[in-house]
Amino acid sequence: MNKALMTYLIWPVVKFSIAFIIVQVIVAAMNWVERRLLGLFQARLGPNRVGYKGLLQIIADPIKFLLKEDIVPASAEKVAYFLGPVLPLIPRRSSSSLIPYGPPPAFTVTRVNVGLLLILALTSTAVYGIILGGWASNNKYSLMGGLRSAAQMVSYEVPFGLSIVGVLMITGSLDLVTIVRYQEVNAWNFIPQIVACFIFLVSMNAENNRTPFDLPEAESELVAGYHTEYSAMKFAFFMLGEYSMMIVNSCLIVTLFFGGWTLGMFGIGLTTDVLNGMGILGGLLGAAIFFTKVMMFLLMYVWFRATFPRFRFDQLMDLGWKFMIPLALANIFVTGIFILVGQERLMYWIGLGTIALAALYLLKPKRAAAKQKVAHAS
Amino acid sequence: MFDVHEMEVNFGPQHPSTHGVLRVLLRIDGERIIDAKPIIGYLHRGTEKLFEHMAYPQCIPHTDRMDYVASATNNLGFVETVEKLMGITANIPRRAQLMRVMLSELQRISSHLLWLATHAIDLGAMTPFFYTFREREQVLDFFESYCGARLTLNCMRIGGMPDDLPHGWLEDVEAFVDKFEACVDEYESLLTNNRIWKKRTIGIGVLSPEDAIDWGITGPPLRGSGVEWDLRRAQPYECYPELQFEIPIGKNGDTYDRYLVRMEEMRQSTRILKQCFPLVRATPEGDIKAKISKVIRPPEGEVYHSIESPKGELGYYIVSDGKTQNAYRCHVRPPSFVNLQALPAMARGHLVSDLVALIGTIDIVLGEVDR
Repeated sequence: MNKALMTYLIWPVVKFSIAFIIVQVIVAAMNWVERRLLGLFQARLGPNRVGYKGLLQIIADPIKFLLKEDIVPASAEKVAYFLGPVLPLIPRRSSSSLIPYGPPPAFTVTRVNVGLLLILALTSTAVYGIILGGWASNNKYSLMGGLRSAAQMVSYEVPFGLSIVGVLMITGSLDLVTIVRYQEVNAWNFIPQIVACFIFLVSMNAENNRTPFDLPEAESELVAGYHTEYSAMKFAFFMLGEYSMMIVNSCLIVTLFFGGWTLGMFGIGLTTDVLNGMGILGGLLGAAIFFTKVMMFLLMYVWFRATFPRFRFDQLMDLGWKFMIPLALANIFVTGIFILVGQERLMYWIGLGTIALAALYLLKPKRAAAKQKVAHAS
Repeated sequence: MFDVHEMEVNFGPQHPSTHGVLRVLLRIDGERIIDAKPIIGYLHRGTEKLFEHMAYPQCIPHTDRMDYVASATNNLGFVETVEKLMGITANIPRRAQLMRVMLSELQRISSHLLWLATHAIDLGAMTPFFYTFREREQVLDFFESYCGARLTLNCMRIGGMPDDLPHGWLEDVEAFVDKFEACVDEYESLLTNNRIWKKRTIGIGVLSPEDAIDWGITGPPLRGSGVEWDLRRAQPYECYPELQFEIPIGKNGDTYDRYLVRMEEMRQSTRILKQCFPLVRATPEGDIKAKISKVIRPPEGEVYHSIESPKGELGYYIVSDGKTQNAYRCHVRPPSFVNLQALPAMARGHLVSDLVALIGTIDIVLGEVDR
């Protein structure tokens, strides 16, 4: 067979299919994991009827979605109503092919030298689907949900992008593989870029409309926000889009800040070369490391969801524009100064210091619970 | 009719966070509320009219259905009013009085737990919902073992109580009460110092003490505004005068203060319950009913009597013509109905998200609002 055909068509398609299936499986599994885990958090069981520990729920849910009636409101804008759930899903799914799941070249589907930029560009188009869906439903609550999500996703796109700039400045590349390989010979980026990592973590939550930023779908305020009128598979597509985005974002934070598929710093430990030296097993090990890290962040989403109340819309905007963006800009500025004077290693100590302070603050014995905050009249 | 920027939205009657069939007609500019108009009556069952055609004891199960998450206090208010009308308030045996107090304090705990659960889930914190229901379930179990019902208790009679406490009931409640304060601490650990929770509640729906009094607001919303008014203290009934408890009051009259007041009230209820156990044990078993005639026919007259229900002042106004076994007129003053009237004033200028917080903080039960 033609070698060019193999390199440029067959292999990418095969790899993309595998990546697609993996993401699909994680999405389905996440549904079960999230519900079981929320059950654990909330002193209840979660789904445990279908199959062993409820594992077949992963299959039962899609079957239910497929068999439900697909209701289209009579006064809906039919084309836009159909495009709503589909539009966000396509770019979000395609961006999953740009992520290096393991040591290159075998475990990267496509290696693009501006991969990071491409992912940002693809995922930020998702907001159109939500606006369209919210508007086309011809429902006031959906419209409000759509508007909220438009404002929210556009606002948080900014700190999201700005937080990445710091990483780009120290690694000097937009290629995700290069960024990971930089981290294995230096420290993982969350140490020198701890502020950027924090901003990224918060804004990826906001981008995904997850608690505490789930205002577009806030079920207690807007019934279900932009997907109030959606049912059956169209609703499932919205969910698929959201969960794919969670996975893409978790993959991104792992790649950018937590060393991707490697488990080593300063060239010591399971670096790319070590893994590649172990052959296919090493590659699989790298992928396993990668997905373990990704899972940590997926579980964090669930943890947030179980813990936090929801922000109000204006507070969310304040947090984005008045806190996150200035902080991200300051981070870029400070990083720039360190790079300019050639003292990049100094950032490690600052980062470690910040982490230590945060840990001290969190582990500090809690003050006695504020019981007597109300005055007693008698 | 409307400015182009304005939108009219029906918030309810089928909406996840209106706590029933409340409909609020909203006029909004973007998300800011220009005007909110509560429209009620979807759950109107004509309870007051029904009372006119039933003998007094038959009315008691119907009082359950008003504030259906706090039916023990509804029963208490009704039977006390009839007793006052008959002039037998002093004849109620001490054991029955203590049992009434215990049941109403348990009911206060369970009602506040339900309030906390729904209030928190309205503001997006879903976990407290399950934690509070875990404890509420136990309280409902106590009701079940006392009277067989979990929600609509029908657990009081004119002149006393229907049954004596089952064996082991006091011990079970005691065990629950001992660990309940730690549970309140647990809920507070999720919310009280949470910055998002504070952002969502501090400064929202501020009611000044004067406004609160003018609106006729009672219960935790009034105390949240810093007015010390608790009918258990102000117009003592049953054996509350001899029980030690504090009346928590807030400072700023905002949603956060009302939250703190209710949390503290749950602690005070456990304190009251703890004092009740030895007192109940000291009374003779089985002495739970005053000697009154089987046919209840109060003398001619009218009486208004109110008690402190979990939601505020629950009052009954009964007119008897002295001839029949039915009330000539029975009017109920439900706390939710009166407290709800302040909603438009509280909501104006806030966002739609705050409306949800406000409905939660007023703590309405539509069965009681519409009757």
